[in-house]
Amino acid sequence: MPDLLEIRNLRIEATAYPPGEPPKDVVLVDDVSVSVAKGKVLGLIGESGAGKSTIGLSAMAYGRGGVRLTGGEILLNGRDIRGLSAAKLRALRGREVTYVAQSAAAAFNPAKRLMEQVIETSLSHGLMGRAEAEARAIMLFGKLGLPSPETFGSRYPHQVSGGQLQRAMTAMALCPKPDLVIFDEPTTALDVTTQIDVLAAIKEAIHDTGVAALYITHDLAVVAQVADDILVLRHGKKVEYGPVRQIITDPHEAYTRALVSVRSIDHEEKAEAPAVLSVQNVTARYPGTTFDVLKNVSVDLPAGQTLAVVGESGSGKSTLARAITGLLPPAQGRITFAGRELSRDLKARSRDDLRELQMIYQMADVAMNPRQTVGTIIGRPLEFYFGMTGEAKRQRVQELLDQIEMGKGYIDRYPAELSGGQKQRVCIARALAAKPKLIICDEVTSALDPLVADGILKLLLNLQAQEHVAYLFITHDLATVKAIADKIAVMYRGQVVRYGSKTDVLTPPFDDYTDLLLSSVPEMRLGWLEEVLAHRKMESAGN
Amino acid sequence: MHPILKLVVQRIALGLLLLWAVSLLIFLGTEALPGDVAQAILGQSATPEALANLRETLGLNRSPVVRYFDWLGGILTGDFGVALTNGQDIGQAIGQRLGNTLFLAACAAVISVPLAILLGLVAARYNGRWPDKVISGVTLSTISLPEFVAAYFVIFLLTQVFPIFQPVAMVFPGMGFWERLQAVALPVIVLVLVVLAHMMRMTRAAILNVMQSAYIETAELKGLSPMRVIWQHAFPNAIAPIVSVVVLNLAYLVVGVVVVEVVFSYNALGQYLVDHVAKRDLPVVQAVGLIFAAVYIGLNILADVIAIISNPRLRHPK
Repeated sequence: MPDLLEIRNLRIEATAYPPGEPPKDVVLVDDVSVSVAKGKVLGLIGESGAGKSTIGLSAMAYGRGGVRLTGGEILLNGRDIRGLSAAKLRALRGREVTYVAQSAAAAFNPAKRLMEQVIETSLSHGLMGRAEAEARAIMLFGKLGLPSPETFGSRYPHQVSGGQLQRAMTAMALCPKPDLVIFDEPTTALDVTTQIDVLAAIKEAIHDTGVAALYITHDLAVVAQVADDILVLRHGKKVEYGPVRQIITDPHEAYTRALVSVRSIDHEEKAEAPAVLSVQNVTARYPGTTFDVLKNVSVDLPAGQTLAVVGESGSGKSTLARAITGLLPPAQGRITFAGRELSRDLKARSRDDLRELQMIYQMADVAMNPRQTVGTIIGRPLEFYFGMTGEAKRQRVQELLDQIEMGKGYIDRYPAELSGGQKQRVCIARALAAKPKLIICDEVTSALDPLVADGILKLLLNLQAQEHVAYLFITHDLATVKAIADKIAVMYRGQVVRYGSKTDVLTPPFDDYTDLLLSSVPEMRLGWLEEVLAHRKMESAGN
Repeated sequence: MHPILKLVVQRIALGLLLLWAVSLLIFLGTEALPGDVAQAILGQSATPEALANLRETLGLNRSPVVRYFDWLGGILTGDFGVALTNGQDIGQAIGQRLGNTLFLAACAAVISVPLAILLGLVAARYNGRWPDKVISGVTLSTISLPEFVAAYFVIFLLTQVFPIFQPVAMVFPGMGFWERLQAVALPVIVLVLVVLAHMMRMTRAAILNVMQSAYIETAELKGLSPMRVIWQHAFPNAIAPIVSVVVLNLAYLVVGVVVVEVVFSYNALGQYLVDHVAKRDLPVVQAVGLIFAAVYIGLNILADVIAIISNPRLRHPK
């Protein structure tokens, strides 16, 4: 008896259109074989571009954009679904296999009520009557821990939170009683405290319904909590495939070992030093609102050190950065920078104020003009603040490129020709070009793969040692915080709930929120999820 | 107050303000023209005394402010004044022709709007394939023909080659509904051909834009049929841009079809306006101008309101 899903020697190709060159075929997935038995969970793990989602969608014989399944066999319930007719594929999709997307917020139709969408598959495939489908949906809402399951379905997607939408999407996938569900990074877009609840809900739902699943993620610690087997992928090829226990405790391949031990940066916190930035009792609200997004926030950042501001989305981390940079003038409080009080309003700040306070963003992509070369992008602050031109400017740009470890050959390239990590490095070089005393880093590693993010963090630490620049590091990721912070401020609903040196903040006893936050970071061991849920004191704000 | 109601009331208030501004503009515009009605009636050879007398009788000697408010007050109470050239009551003359205009526009709209949206959906469904190309090609060629060419072509085809219809669209009071429909068949066909492409293209573009969304992929992965994906999942999110273009075309059907009216000798508002512009009958020009503006503004408010209502975020706030 064959397994529910057996993929043999799968090969997936797409046509790439490089600028200025003839189109060519690229191989996305090459010679991958896996199988999933009834009721089992297979974890697919790898960096972006490793082909995880592509393989996951191949179980529905679906290729995104121009992606083509060009070789191998995809046996689902004993028959090869590659090359089935469109009508036969429609009959299979949503009935035998369903899909849970990464961003439920985008994957739900904004114009239709949740219930309508959750039961749509069951109705259109003629699996159940409306009453039966609605009853099942309500049962699933309850099982997944959604509030008031009876009426939850009558809401529209924009009326519920991100964590709830992700659970609703899981309910939508389970409603038609499929044999296999594909979870495509279902918790990646969520806050760490919300992720854990959704993860637990998904795990329980998989267990209770006996459905098989493909669980796609870049976070090995997460997949270790739900999977029976794990397939590690890189560049569309298999790296390692085995039971979860073996992958975590006894990885055979060097790449798997790197994934398991990622975030191994050892950073000694520095001794107290005079503050370069001092935020005192800052309260801020957005124009036209009456709600304070920042409430009486006070933090100090010593020169040449790193203050990590950590909290979930909506906690006010990025608003603090906007208040410091002058984009959102605070209603109350003072901000002192390099010994002088900063004007609240951006327009009243001197050019030196602007120069010494630089910013790096989460999305390096959109923070650069796609029609400018790397040389122009990094050269702009040199020109603006130091009046450099011509050969001198070019030479300085090259020095900066050497500093960010990119070296020669990049100065005339465009952002589109760089990888994600390289783009973020160019943004760092641009900030560095102004010779700042402080760089505000707003989730600069959140959009990057773990190994690439690691490289960026190491680079930032090196640059700090060389240039004595201070970082205000905004992040929701506690592993990152541990890796680079000297001081930490934990924010929750606009307030700093815990603040001090790294050691102080990370040493018990904790306040309830810090405890929740710290305990929610997935750990790379089996059984972590159950353990932590048994010990929780409070619910996350995202629920 | 429900946020939707507030937005709708705001839009209507803005529309009224705009209409008032337009009335001012129309009045000032006609005021700024050289010469006046008395001059126009009596001609170049009129004696100064005759002119002065006529101005006195017509009330043209009063200050523009007084005349403006007199005019505006009259319109608000339903009195558009009398045509200077023939002494007819403007309100009465317009009423009948406005009915004809709206009848023609409504007939064209009832056919063209559903047809354009349907063709747009089909073109989006078969994007880049032959049905899309045929639909786009045909509708683009009909829109590229000047109206009068299309009109004469249709007349030639449907009255000479296949003698089905009458070449003129004469309507008169007391005509039955079916007779009326028969009479306007040819101009309706021409107008449908003229407005179809614009609405079809916008429907297609709006749908294709929405088809890029992640929730469309979700729908496809549910195993829904392509037409169901488009109709159930894409269309409800594309209503706002489609409605705004539909409304622009509806407004055109009311205010912009004078050429077609002339070709088919159809007695409606456009022809009436053009006749009286030629005779410099300013009260008529002003009145018709204001009605056209009101239709335009009213339809656009309608489009705004539909766009607001079609947005679930506004309809069902958090």
